[in-house]
Amino acid sequence: MFDRYSIFSLARNALSSHQNWPRAWRNPAPRRRYAAIIVGGGGHGLATAYYLAREYGIRDVAVLERGLIGLGNSGRNTTIVRSNYLWDASAQLYEHSLKIWERLSREINYNVMFSQRGVLNLAHDAHGLRELRRRVEANRLNGIDSEILSTAQVQRQVPALNCAPDARYPILGASFQRRGGVARHDALVWGLARAVDALGIDIIQHCEVTAIRQAGGRIIGVDTSRGPIDARTVGVAVAGHSSVLAHMAGFRLPLQSHPLQAFVSEPIKPVLDTVVMSNTVHVYVSQSDKGELVVGAGMDGYKSYSQRGSFPIVEATVNALVELFPSFRRLKMLRQWAGIVDVAPDASPIISRTPVGGLYFNCGWGTGGFKATPGSGHVFAHLLATGEPHPLGEPFTLDRFVTGALVDEHGAAAVAH
Amino acid sequence: MLLIPCPWCGPRDETEFTCGGEAHIVTPRAPEDLDDEAWGEFLYLRTNPKGRCAERWVHTHGCRRWFNVLRDTVTERILTVYEVGARPPQAGDD
Repeated sequence: MFDRYSIFSLARNALSSHQNWPRAWRNPAPRRRYAAIIVGGGGHGLATAYYLAREYGIRDVAVLERGLIGLGNSGRNTTIVRSNYLWDASAQLYEHSLKIWERLSREINYNVMFSQRGVLNLAHDAHGLRELRRRVEANRLNGIDSEILSTAQVQRQVPALNCAPDARYPILGASFQRRGGVARHDALVWGLARAVDALGIDIIQHCEVTAIRQAGGRIIGVDTSRGPIDARTVGVAVAGHSSVLAHMAGFRLPLQSHPLQAFVSEPIKPVLDTVVMSNTVHVYVSQSDKGELVVGAGMDGYKSYSQRGSFPIVEATVNALVELFPSFRRLKMLRQWAGIVDVAPDASPIISRTPVGGLYFNCGWGTGGFKATPGSGHVFAHLLATGEPHPLGEPFTLDRFVTGALVDEHGAAAVAH
Repeated sequence: MLLIPCPWCGPRDETEFTCGGEAHIVTPRAPEDLDDEAWGEFLYLRTNPKGRCAERWVHTHGCRRWFNVLRDTVTERILTVYEVGARPPQAGDD
């Protein structure tokens, strides 16, 4: 496999002033054909490639990335990881992912800086608190750690939070998942890329898919900006651009692409050692190891592929943030960005066959894909390798938009990321 | 921030409006005659184009009237607005 990173390799490379570290992954030119192609070099695509090779022994694989790996939504999220979803199907899928997060750094010999600092979801009214209680009980029935904190407990956990009874957004309580937390998004991409490359898979950057070639109702390959590539199995994990790829293949998906914004503040001393989320006012905040506050916003209200987002969302999010945390009032925001998220009508992912044989889509993760990265890759790899959905993926096929068996996470948990 | 030209009130900030999703989706006249696939297609399948798209918008905090907008989802430019029920303007019309 690869040169293992360890205390010894660190010491050895320190002797040469860290000038001789090997490249973590190659940058190969595409071959003419592969057994399988994965379109999209973000976390989901790389995780899929990783499990294809590791669990199913399929190594004749190329991961095609339009730009550089990890610069799409993998680099544009707020890095929150949790599994406290309401419905059984989603809870089990996200818990599957959370369990992988807990062992991932060791498994791929790369520190993804998964920090289980806990995730709070605030309730600002009686109904919100009832909904949290319902979700906490549902989580417990699914074996997921989840508890309700009182206002006093929330205040103890997060001293900077305005828990006064006359606050603009009074805090009546919160749900708390202690095993939730944050991870380093770049490290996830880089660690997976290194592991995938070591397993013999080609990661091909600056390679945009321009057409999907079919014969007799099944896929035979793709045309790319670096020439045609043949493959009988193609998995697509391109988030906001899923509808564009589906259009190339000649069908439509039940998706809408919206910008989802986030921003970071100037770095400050430690003030917040957990993750605070308020789905009601759409603020999701944690503090990075560098000291910056990482703030997630709600989704823009209309379709866009612009990766910028509109200003009213920034305004609303900052308004809510300073109401919740009055001491953040004088902070300056350093950077703002948007990722394009593909949202399904039920706010649940789609991991599915398509009308084209051999072509599979993993999409619809909407506002909450980052936390699911390793689990999503694992379940999607099963589908690519066997042609059959993984048991955890069965409720998430395209069939549900015909049968009506939606996994409706809109009001429950999936509005957040 | 979009500046949306309401056909009745003139250009106003996007915060006054609500987007109602893709335009020109016709409600089936006899839903009971449709099979599940056709009904699912009406309910859920959308074009979600990268580029020009036709949408319904309503001036929620204004005249509260609906109209159609032809917008580019990459540049965010609003190409034209037109009446509900009218044919979408073709490329080059704007």
